[in-house]
Amino acid sequence: MTQISQGFRPVHSSQATEKIAASQRQLGMNAADVQKSEPAKPFEVYLHVPFCLRRCGYCDFNTYTATNLGEGASRANYANLVIQEATRLRRWQEECGLTPRPISTVFFGGGTPTILPAPDLVRILGHLGTLWGFEPHAEVTTEANPDTVDARYIAELADGGFNRISFGMQSAVPEVLRTLDRTHLQRNVIDGVAAAQAQGLRSSVDLIYGAPGETIEQWKTSVEAAIDLGVHHISAYALSVEPTTKMGRLISSGRLASPDDDDEAAKYEVADRLFSKAGFRWYEISNWARDGEVSRHNLGYWRNVEWAGLGPGAHSHFGRMRAWDTKHPRMWAKQLTSGIMPWGGTEEVSASQDLEETVMLGLRLSEGLSVADVERRSGRTIDRDVIRSLMKQGLLETNDAVLIPTLQGRLLNDLVIERVLDALGE
Amino acid sequence: MQQKNQPGSTDQSLIRNFCIIAHIDHGKSTVADRILQLSGVVPEREMRNQFLDRMDIEQERGITIKSQAVRVPWTVDGTEYTLGMIDTPGHVDFTYEVSRALAACEGAVLLVDATQGIEAQTLSNLYMAMDHDLTVIPVLNKIDLPSAEPEKHAEEIANLLGVDPSEVLRVSGKTGEGIKELLDTIVADIDPPHGDVDAPARALIFDSVYDSYRGIVTYIRMMDGEIHAREKIRQMGLGTAHDPIELGVISPDMVPTKSLGAGEVGYIITGVKDVSQSKVGDTITTEKNPAASPLEGYRDPQPMVYAGLFPIDNAQYPELRDALDKLKLNDAALVYEPETSVALGFGFRCGFLGLLHMEIVSERLSREFGLDLISTAPNVHYEVTQEDGTTRTVKNPSEYPDGKIKKVVEPIVTADIITPKEFVGPVMDLCQEHRGQMKDMEYLSVERVELHYVMPLAEIVFDFFDQLKSRTKGYASLDYHEAGEQAADLVKVDILIQGEKIDAFSSIVHRDKAYAYGVMMTKKLRKLIPRQQFEIPIQAAIGSRIIARETISAMRKDVLAKCYGGDITRKRKLLEKQKEGKKRMKMLGSVQVPQEAFIAALSTSDSTDKDTQDKIRAAAKKDQ
Repeated sequence: MTQISQGFRPVHSSQATEKIAASQRQLGMNAADVQKSEPAKPFEVYLHVPFCLRRCGYCDFNTYTATNLGEGASRANYANLVIQEATRLRRWQEECGLTPRPISTVFFGGGTPTILPAPDLVRILGHLGTLWGFEPHAEVTTEANPDTVDARYIAELADGGFNRISFGMQSAVPEVLRTLDRTHLQRNVIDGVAAAQAQGLRSSVDLIYGAPGETIEQWKTSVEAAIDLGVHHISAYALSVEPTTKMGRLISSGRLASPDDDDEAAKYEVADRLFSKAGFRWYEISNWARDGEVSRHNLGYWRNVEWAGLGPGAHSHFGRMRAWDTKHPRMWAKQLTSGIMPWGGTEEVSASQDLEETVMLGLRLSEGLSVADVERRSGRTIDRDVIRSLMKQGLLETNDAVLIPTLQGRLLNDLVIERVLDALGE
Repeated sequence: MQQKNQPGSTDQSLIRNFCIIAHIDHGKSTVADRILQLSGVVPEREMRNQFLDRMDIEQERGITIKSQAVRVPWTVDGTEYTLGMIDTPGHVDFTYEVSRALAACEGAVLLVDATQGIEAQTLSNLYMAMDHDLTVIPVLNKIDLPSAEPEKHAEEIANLLGVDPSEVLRVSGKTGEGIKELLDTIVADIDPPHGDVDAPARALIFDSVYDSYRGIVTYIRMMDGEIHAREKIRQMGLGTAHDPIELGVISPDMVPTKSLGAGEVGYIITGVKDVSQSKVGDTITTEKNPAASPLEGYRDPQPMVYAGLFPIDNAQYPELRDALDKLKLNDAALVYEPETSVALGFGFRCGFLGLLHMEIVSERLSREFGLDLISTAPNVHYEVTQEDGTTRTVKNPSEYPDGKIKKVVEPIVTADIITPKEFVGPVMDLCQEHRGQMKDMEYLSVERVELHYVMPLAEIVFDFFDQLKSRTKGYASLDYHEAGEQAADLVKVDILIQGEKIDAFSSIVHRDKAYAYGVMMTKKLRKLIPRQQFEIPIQAAIGSRIIARETISAMRKDVLAKCYGGDITRKRKLLEKQKEGKKRMKMLGSVQVPQEAFIAALSTSDSTDKDTQDKIRAAAKKDQ
């Protein structure tokens, strides 16, 4: 069963803190047992930078516009804290018998990682290398806001070991960018991508479709502009409106139109068609790449590999254990100072939940879900009639060994997941 | 306090049996409490509010006493009298029960809230009391309230009863003012019973309740003769005989006695566990010296309204059956038989006395038994004659025969509506829309009017009452009584989802309203059924003829959430939530329909928006 434990409270005594540390060690030891029973998985690092210059109306990510949040959690000191967390995590692995493996990918996300000076990012990366080492050809990406980086910044990153950069382009249409509260111009994106390429960095852009008021023509313009940039990789996400955001409030009060599923479906189809035509192939529902240019970090999540999440709100995954860092940087920093992992919560996923996750994640990928693999792991048989009916309905590709969603199956992915889980029985 | 008059040996001339007729909230319980207090049977310090409605006491002792027959001493000019205070159910659905309670009394206190005036249901009970030749003592309650208008309402009551307004007593249950005068008037004005003391025993059952510890407690009024605690008794209507375990009076606790004599009110316990074995209206006599004929007026309760009750989770079917069996112990009027619905699975078709009875039963099933139920729209019973002359009783739209129908007969009622005069127009419109025929109209006072209609019962059970309340800002009150049956131009409207008939949504309606029903249901369902990966036509049909159609377009996309920063947990939780939600879906063919759709679609509402009106008109026009 899932066990979600509550994290740290500031009033805890040193005995209480030791108790938490002990329970964190126990979780790690359980994860180590699982790790030993499974084939080795790649190890990734996600590093969260929870700062932004301003908050966008649609954003519900864990990010703050203040420069100093107390307890040492400031922009200036952030690199030190996150290095401290990495060091602590490495020691925890050791204490628990978890095998430290060289890092296959690193991803700096946010927030706005590039709000920090480039030397900070480089310094952090260097420490990660010291702690775990890197696999040959490790993928190292940072997200970047098009208006917070320039050619010099990018050059510093390239020199420091970064080999991939992902720009938050979102749209090429000024009107849509305004709706999304984005401050950059398409010009910034063009310059950024050019600078990245000049430094030999692979590049990617993120797009958002379905912003209130966005027409299908405007979306097409953005897709074409992204293709024209000459990037290696493009992600396109449907705008998801969270009720707690400024945009969520505007929509619930009727001052902004609500995103429409049919409109988003049409936009997804347009994007998929144009990307394919331009030589990008989908490998995950929201991600397209040129040959050999997939984001391995991203793919790792869907393959359910192991990863360390560092920074407030970041999630980690070892064995069948998941842990997530405390969201507020100030509390997070305080936990770190007490010498424990700054987790806000943890859970140990049951074997059946783990299987559910495998199905849920695998069905989002073009490499698909291996029937044999799932059946071996679950000890159950997938009901072939259900699978055949999904194929007949045009939701799965005709392939008996691997379940791969069709275009329609990607759009109705939740339905496909549900049916495949049904086909696997309870 | 020692009482002089003992049960079994109280002379009839010293007995006064009466009931209190009042509308809900008009203060019956408070007045009854004051009477108990003043008479001394409940000591001052033990006095608690609303002693008669002793819900908490019921729970403490595990006794369920829904109705009471309390024996209260009252002394006037040095003579101790014995008052039998009999409670009556207040609602129209329980007319028969009320009539039996009235039959157990010689007098009635008509209790009216001095701030509100008389209500339709009270009026109907008052008329019934007058039909039983009871002495009516009119009383205005709540005169302590600043908003009381005793003069105005005394005038109203005086007009009704043909008395002088000064004869209307004024009391306050809250302060106790006027209660002593009320008791004195009861002794002075109400006749003592005139039973034949020497005749074989005859006792009227006017109520019976199920007590989980003691079995059925039967409330009786001795009419003639005498019953002893050790004597075998016989129920004349049912023809069964039992040895009583206990005979007694309530004062205000249960007090066992050796005997009960003519004119007295008390209870009897036989250890029987089922109220259908102790039916209201039946006559009890003794096995050894039986009466020659029973008392008049016994009849089996007749259900007027039917509805299907289905557990949302079909696994709860056995629990529903057990729960109904248990309720039946306490409610002889409840009838039910198993029913299978294509849409809703296994359930029961239940017959109720009326809408309130139906609500009470559903409420108790959910509250006391924790059942999650779907109830189909209520309907009445029809006599349907086919072309070949065969006639069948239809209690469920699914029993409605296919093919040509020669005649359909439906039950009708007389409906009495009391309303402030400014709402007479809207009320008349409403009645007309519901196929009502006005009989007459009378002014109860300068401001209040009573309208008399004859209407099909089916029109009342659908949504009449809610609309009456909303169109009169809650001021109108309604009462109705069976008044035979009539032939009418009725049709069955079916609802089809993806071409498949959904039995739970079928309804028998007047031909003129078929389009309105069809359009309303298809529209409602279009909104309530979530989009699925294929197009779903929703149609309304009379026989094979489609009269309305809506389409739910195919869903093109479900959630495509980004998996942010490796937060797989959130995604899995969403998936688990979604799975949980699907469990509450019913599969109709290949269409998933949420339970909420059934509940909402079956609830009645006034849909008079323009789009609906246009569609109804268009559907009706196309048909001509």
